Amino acid sequence: MDVTLLSRLQFAVATYFHFLFVPLTLGLSILLAIMETAYVRTKNEEYREMTQFWGRIFLLNFVVGVATGITLEFQFGTNWSRYSRYVGDIFGPLLAIEATVAFFLESTFIGVWALGWNRLSPRLHAASIWLVAIASNLSAIWILIANAWMQNPVGYVMKAGHPVLSDLGAVVFQGYAGLAILHTLAASYVTTGFFVMGVAAYHIARKQFLSIFIRSFRIGLSMALIFALFVVIEGHMHGANLAHIQPAKLASLEVNWVTQAKAPIFLIALPDESAAANSVEIGKIPGALSLLAFHSPSAKVIGLRDIPKENRPPVLITYLAFRLMVGLGGVLLLVAIGAWLRRNRIESSPFLLKVLLYAIPLPYAVSLLGWTVAEVGRQPWVVYGLMRTTRAVSPVASSQVAVSLAAFVVVYALIGITAFWLIAQAVRKGPGAADRHYAS
Amino acid sequence: MLESIWFLLWGILWAVYFMLGGFDLGVGILSPFVGKSEAEKNALLGSIGPFWDGNEVWLITAGGVTFAAFPAAYATLFSAFYTPLMFVLFGLIVRAVSIEFRNRRESSSWRGLADAGVLVGSFLPALLFGVAFANIFKGIPIDGDGVFQGNLLTLLNPYGLAGGLFFLALFLVHGALWIIHRSTGVTRERSRSLARFLWLPLTLLAVIFLFLTAFYSRLWDNYTTRPILLVIPLLAVAALLSMRYLMAKALWGRALLSSFAVIFFSVLFGVVGLYPYLLPSTLDGAYSLSIRNAASSPSTLAIMLVVALIFVPVVIIYQAWVYRLFLKEGSGS
Repeated sequence: MDVTLLSRLQFAVATYFHFLFVPLTLGLSILLAIMETAYVRTKNEEYREMTQFWGRIFLLNFVVGVATGITLEFQFGTNWSRYSRYVGDIFGPLLAIEATVAFFLESTFIGVWALGWNRLSPRLHAASIWLVAIASNLSAIWILIANAWMQNPVGYVMKAGHPVLSDLGAVVFQGYAGLAILHTLAASYVTTGFFVMGVAAYHIARKQFLSIFIRSFRIGLSMALIFALFVVIEGHMHGANLAHIQPAKLASLEVNWVTQAKAPIFLIALPDESAAANSVEIGKIPGALSLLAFHSPSAKVIGLRDIPKENRPPVLITYLAFRLMVGLGGVLLLVAIGAWLRRNRIESSPFLLKVLLYAIPLPYAVSLLGWTVAEVGRQPWVVYGLMRTTRAVSPVASSQVAVSLAAFVVVYALIGITAFWLIAQAVRKGPGAADRHYAS
Repeated sequence: MLESIWFLLWGILWAVYFMLGGFDLGVGILSPFVGKSEAEKNALLGSIGPFWDGNEVWLITAGGVTFAAFPAAYATLFSAFYTPLMFVLFGLIVRAVSIEFRNRRESSSWRGLADAGVLVGSFLPALLFGVAFANIFKGIPIDGDGVFQGNLLTLLNPYGLAGGLFFLALFLVHGALWIIHRSTGVTRERSRSLARFLWLPLTLLAVIFLFLTAFYSRLWDNYTTRPILLVIPLLAVAALLSMRYLMAKALWGRALLSSFAVIFFSVLFGVVGLYPYLLPSTLDGAYSLSIRNAASSPSTLAIMLVVALIFVPVVIIYQAWVYRLFLKEGSGS
């Protein structure tokens, strides 16, 4: 295998794995902050127990997220050195700002929160988890701004053959970044909401710690439902934005091969990339794609055949990932609505409790599919329109990358299994089973 | 001018990471040897518990600043050091999860596994950062396109290995002094004799490293043209000697401070000697990456300087507060 493919696989493994832990960090930190604030305000011990129970799970999840995040920063240099050299003037500062402004705060105060229960006043202790929540979300925002620049490079001028920063404001406040931030944060909050509901459902079904978990269930439900509704509306805007900045990706999402007015959407289709057409088309809705993309059923939408073959993304993967993301996202919304309808009778809804428990992996799958749409759909570019992925890779031996890729797979699998097992164990034990941390 | 400021900041960021990360890596290596019982080992890891994660962000920032201020150097450096950096990465990942997972199960074999993870995960970065920096000082074979024309064995030269062992010894002494500062009883006693014992090998390695520096690198050139700069290596030597004196007088807190100074001035010695190069080429001086051909645009450097001048002091203030909070005696659990 060539070094580009190996490096792409390695980046995919490292990023997907990292992102299994990110959504819960983003959402649960906020819920912990809310729970602990409730404790500080009401002095109700139940909120303290709740905070500590979810906190134990949070810390296990957090450490894997942080540990695997370093890999990503290093990999730009180790595996994508030509990319780093080319975009360093713009992409580098975004990463450096993220570390200085957000990641320091997050990593410093997580230690304060985890080990400072007896050293800080309740107010200061609650403030430290608020800082973690704010900083981790801020950190995600800066990373998404950096990724948005790869999707839609703005705010630069070309000097000596590479882009040089000319307008930081344009980079930070561009429309694509705003949409990607809203999309990713909302999806992460949905993931967190479902995680909390699922864990709560496990205990509610067993009629144990009812008070704490019914409270948790309601908090999780609010988060999941609000942001599931939000992400549907916002996702539509995100898609419509693609019509302007990445027509090839949009055309792949809806397998639209021909540039046409009244561009359709198919309920079921199967693209045939070599024939530049669909081999199966069922349930044509004429004008639907034009309507979604330009809010007018007669608008002209660019088709893949008008995009040179060497500039098209892998259509089948992009299309399937998108369809699965939307479909499973719809299922999540329905489950959330169902849970909301039975929110006052949740204890006597055994079927729903079971569904909620087994729904925990779903939003994770949806998130990874979403990243597949964003990243595979951007191909063959690493920076859209500016640099091809094949030109971004480091001049290293493919054997080096093959060995490191194998090592990532093995090490991450072991860490992933261990983390899953420890989190499951902490969930099963339930609140109150305070495990000892360090004897400080 | 901006390039020179960022060069100095770049060096200082790495120095700060080695000062802070240095003691937690040192403790990570020493804990299975200094701590015999389960409670002792747990207390030793507890002494770095609230700090190691925040310390590691100095590494992330140093890496991020290398990327942002000197992209061409970042690109060549990180791809040339591919294999050692992967070992550093896996070390740091395994270490982080081992520290967090260790006490989540009541099982001695589980804890043994976690302790091994902390040991290996601390040892690899401590050694390999030394190998990497010695190779930066020495220069590596890079061609006109910034492509590394060597392999792993190119990096494992005598000077690189001496740098690795010097860093390792530095962090071990640093870690031992941290343990003395933070623990009581038998682990403290063991660390005292360990610190006294390790001082001599550390000093020998420092002498060997400085001696080899004259042969393998051109670091001394800047010092011979501007002798005033010799104050930096002299301060490093003075800190190393005072460390021994303070150990003998059992002034352990001050010995720890001098070990912070040894690390800081040792790294600064290398960085100032390296100036204006970030990565010399051993093939042709014209291929060397320096602040002139590897830096970002002046506007990017200026924006980053503003960000750094605002936020780095803020970071220092709250990290100092956290250190004070957890170093206060008596109120712990």
